[in-house]
Amino acid sequence: MSFDIAVTQLFNGVSLFTILLLMALGLAIVFGLMGVINMAHGELMALGAYTTYLTAKFFEEHMPSLMNVYLFFAIALAFGVTFVFGYVLERGFIRWFYNRPLDTLLATWGLSLVLQQTYRSVFGAQEVSVPLATWLSGAWTVSEGIQLPLNRIFIIGLTALVAAGVYLILHKTRLGLRARAVTQNRAMSSAVGIDTNRVDALTFALGSGLAGIAGSVFTMIGSTNPGTGQLYIVDSFIVVVFGGVASLIGTVFSGFAIAQAQTTLEYLMSGSMAKVSILLLVIVVLYFRPNGLFAPKMRS
Amino acid sequence: MSGITRRRFIQIGGSLVAAGAVPAAGLWPKIGYTADTVHLGLLHSLTGTIAIAEAALVDAEKMAIDEINAAGGVLGRKIEPIVEDGASDWPTFAEKAKKLLQRDKVPAIIGCYTSASRKAVLPVLSQSKGLLYYPTYYEGQEQDKHVIYTSQEATQSVIAAIEWLAKEKGKTFFLVGSDYIYPRTCNKIAKPTIARVGGKVLGEEYAPLGHTEFSSIISKIKAAKPDCIYSTVVGGSNVAFYKQLKAAGLDGTKQVLLSTVVSENEIDGIGKDNAVGYYACMGYFQSIKSPTNDRFVKALKAKYGQERVVGDPMECAYNSVYLWKMACERAKSFDVDKVIAASSELEFEAPEGKIKIHKTNHHVWKKVRIGRARADGQFDIVHESGMIEPNPFPKL
Repeated sequence: MSFDIAVTQLFNGVSLFTILLLMALGLAIVFGLMGVINMAHGELMALGAYTTYLTAKFFEEHMPSLMNVYLFFAIALAFGVTFVFGYVLERGFIRWFYNRPLDTLLATWGLSLVLQQTYRSVFGAQEVSVPLATWLSGAWTVSEGIQLPLNRIFIIGLTALVAAGVYLILHKTRLGLRARAVTQNRAMSSAVGIDTNRVDALTFALGSGLAGIAGSVFTMIGSTNPGTGQLYIVDSFIVVVFGGVASLIGTVFSGFAIAQAQTTLEYLMSGSMAKVSILLLVIVVLYFRPNGLFAPKMRS
Repeated sequence: MSGITRRRFIQIGGSLVAAGAVPAAGLWPKIGYTADTVHLGLLHSLTGTIAIAEAALVDAEKMAIDEINAAGGVLGRKIEPIVEDGASDWPTFAEKAKKLLQRDKVPAIIGCYTSASRKAVLPVLSQSKGLLYYPTYYEGQEQDKHVIYTSQEATQSVIAAIEWLAKEKGKTFFLVGSDYIYPRTCNKIAKPTIARVGGKVLGEEYAPLGHTEFSSIISKIKAAKPDCIYSTVVGGSNVAFYKQLKAAGLDGTKQVLLSTVVSENEIDGIGKDNAVGYYACMGYFQSIKSPTNDRFVKALKAKYGQERVVGDPMECAYNSVYLWKMACERAKSFDVDKVIAASSELEFEAPEGKIKIHKTNHHVWKKVRIGRARADGQFDIVHESGMIEPNPFPKL
């Protein structure tokens, strides 16, 4: 492996890490903190992706001069739409299933099927393509052999921003304080006057909104079709479970470990074998540390 | 809870018999054709992952049926399509084929897209003496008594494409595909062909179906610096693959890439900007200039909307209906054996030009074309072969 390739691969690893992290952050909040197994999380990403597609269409037709900056509007809009959708979903659907993990699993899986079929009816079974702004296409040529795609650099930056934002919300705001309190001890939080219903709804909506941002970003590197969400949901669950449920730091580290391992292995062996190796690694680690890499210490 | 009393037994038993009788009434065989109508089965995935590529075939088939009906039908009977959804699930394909053949008694089915679905239907066809028209390019290595293969097999795509690339573009190859039967078989055929034309394979990579992270494969391609990439990446993965190739600086102006699976329909989803300059090898392109094709494209757009594009599988699906109709007329019967016998050396003036069913091997003589993707999602045809004889079991 030459130096150029090594640098490119390292960059690819970092890029995959940010993509995994972006996917897993929303899930880490909904599944990790709230304990809701939301099988429709992938479809929320798809909702974000389709929102981006519609925004792109709108700008193309009505404001072609602003096509270069539509992405910022699209990301904000994707967050807004999925946030509201998540809020309504929690109030009207998810909250009836708290403390019934198996029912939640089935109900949200059913919901994911309904959403997929809805996308298929509205947008058609064909893939839709979102145009990339001109300043994002192309690559930054570091040297002859090293070209770093601009859209991936953008995603790395955006993920850093989003991750920092999530950290600040959870650790520096009243909502974050309440959310963490409710996560740790619902009954006690309720007793000291926290409106746990409201906190639940807002936390779930925040997780959904993050899925929307992830979906919006994926339109830059991958495809958007009604089944898109299914592609990402498994990876997201692996990252969250591997890192340790209820630990955002764990999610970050596990995303980094999985991404670097995957890009390195993919270069050394075939894509399918790399995937198998990663899954084996995850299984072995979970065997010895059933709560994941960074399980919070609990009194039993 | 006491045991089952006699009364309870009769109650339950009676209701079970009654419940069973309802679907049984529906299962009673119908007759496949009457004095003025004949049924034709259309069996494709309308839902599930493959629906992206496959659902459009039904539109082309329905258009052919409408045209034939408007012109007086087949043997004086109007064709009535019976559409079934294979749901991208192979056992479902077998089940629906059984339903079409045994309950609806259709004299022929036009259907399937993936090889897996076709393989699932084969036992049903031989058991029920059915007839299937298979309208998709595939990897060859099959010749079933009950199937007419109306699209390209490997000699008419892989071998033709490799020979053209080696002659025009360069002799070193990198093979990339999705990880399942079609790409692996195509590459198995491609490798000895590359050796035969004096070329060299620099790498062979497979990505899992639906994969969206191609950065490592692209790194390997960049390290190998091949003259040509031969791609059999299918479905949604193509979007990621093309976008990431372009971002890594290997766009259609700098790198030769040829695919045997990306038609106009796929480009719609990949995004026109991302596919510009890459090559595809197909029997049919929408941009073919001929009066028959002009009429075909115009009719299709009039029926399904101006923004619709037509790809190779849609055209082959359309041809299939006509090939069946002509074989029936030649045989003066809907009987499967007679129709198959009458199909031998049957000629049809298709949108892609004249095609002819082979005398014995159930595949189709046809021209093969290589197109280069333009900015508008259509292809410039850069090469057109003569009529190539189909050979599902090529000597390698």
